[in-house]
Amino acid sequence: MKNRLIVSVSPHLHKDASVSRIMWMVAVSLIPTGIVGIFIFGLSALRVIILGVASAVIAEASIQILTKRRLSILDGSAFLTGLLLAYNLPPEVPFWLPIVGSVFAIAIGKQVFGGLGQNIFNPALVGRVFLMASWPKYMTTFTKPLNCDAITFATPLAALKEGKVLEHISHWNLFWGIRGGCIGEVCVFALLLGALFLFIRGYISWHIPITYIFVVGLFTYIFGPKGLFSGDWLFHILSGGLILGAFFMATDYVTSPLTRKGRIIFGIGCGLITAIIRIWGGYPEGVSYAILMMNAATPIIDRYTKNRIYGSR
Amino acid sequence: MKKYFYEFLKGIIKENPTFVLVLGLCPTLAVSTSLRNGIGMGIAATFVLVGSNVIVSMIKNIIPEKIRIPCFIVVIATFVGITEMILKAYSPALDRALGIYVPLIVVNCIVLGRAEAYASKHTVIGSLFDGLGMGLGFTLALVLISGIREFLGSGKIMGYVLFQRLDPVFVLGMPSGALLVIGLLLGFFNILKEKKG
Repeated sequence: MKNRLIVSVSPHLHKDASVSRIMWMVAVSLIPTGIVGIFIFGLSALRVIILGVASAVIAEASIQILTKRRLSILDGSAFLTGLLLAYNLPPEVPFWLPIVGSVFAIAIGKQVFGGLGQNIFNPALVGRVFLMASWPKYMTTFTKPLNCDAITFATPLAALKEGKVLEHISHWNLFWGIRGGCIGEVCVFALLLGALFLFIRGYISWHIPITYIFVVGLFTYIFGPKGLFSGDWLFHILSGGLILGAFFMATDYVTSPLTRKGRIIFGIGCGLITAIIRIWGGYPEGVSYAILMMNAATPIIDRYTKNRIYGSR
Repeated sequence: MKKYFYEFLKGIIKENPTFVLVLGLCPTLAVSTSLRNGIGMGIAATFVLVGSNVIVSMIKNIIPEKIRIPCFIVVIATFVGITEMILKAYSPALDRALGIYVPLIVVNCIVLGRAEAYASKHTVIGSLFDGLGMGLGFTLALVLISGIREFLGSGKIMGYVLFQRLDPVFVLGMPSGALLVIGLLLGFFNILKEKKG
């Protein structure tokens, strides 16, 4: 008779979460943002999203077939990479831009390191930064929200960098997403809705996003345009890709630290770099660079914030 | 003769300084922005490499062991000085484009590496062919890298626009693009090597 007792080494606790489940849940939590983005920017946003996602999945599948590895497109990680990359693009980009970005993100950002779990940098952000460095003219042409004619329009942060007056943009407009920007970053409300869902299900912890946003707010408040302690911190938190980056990309399991202490350090580092780029840097927005830089620092953070194993010195 | 032919050929593929020995990456990364710069750098380095290899091999028996590196450097620096003067006199544009990287051939690790690893232990003729092969290998690697970078990064080859309406991959013309291209090519050649051996 077959022995049906299972004898295994610890841990014996089992949680319902698996890689593919978490990936699909994050994708689900991003749906409201996508719907709002399509509503604000029109069908061209939908085109960018579909192209980004489809080419990411196809790129992953073809690389895995070429290198004769197990096909893992159903785990949702390539889908999520493509989705996040598309959310990071302006709505009126030429059709090949999301395709090139997705293929680069999957091939160079992920598969050359050995696939999911091996990559050092967040693949979607690698794709975005590559596009940003290669074709800046497409990546910084934004269109006016809620308008059928695709009129070019500056993002609030770009306008701030050029020293323009920002009277026509209230904080409420920023919160609901009535502003120029990338597809997935404009509507803070929808992003927070998705983030809340992830929090309740326990898929992301508060450490990175909250410290990240807090540090950006604090820094932009202290080093305001009219001397110390005069910055419009709420404006800085609500504009740009900070909410999208803090909740959905800085919390990427593969490229962020493992321990709570490490995550807090990670969040503070991201916040500092973002604020420094926004206040003194050459670019209007620094979220993607900040997260990538801290991704590079993740192994060393992990090394110095290792939890003490009970009973060890 | 066959032996010398081997010494010449090994530098091109089997011991290619850039893709197999991974030496001299600093000038490779810096000057491979255009094909013209790449070829110029390759020829300049080849000249220095051949000259220093021959002289070092000639004087290898009279150099004291302890101060051999300074002696090599003096020999190499002499040839770099000659190269720099020739470039300044006959091709000032190329000299401006290569900038600091011409004098820096003195500390190019391919040149010093060949002097130390080959020329100081082998005959003059062998060293001559070794220098020629290594220089040619370095030049070919530079041509490959700078060709890819110039074509994809600015849509040109040797300064001539090939495709008017193409949007070039701007990042490949920048330093990060150099690292990207070299990394991918290294990986590609390693795959080829694994398949073969």
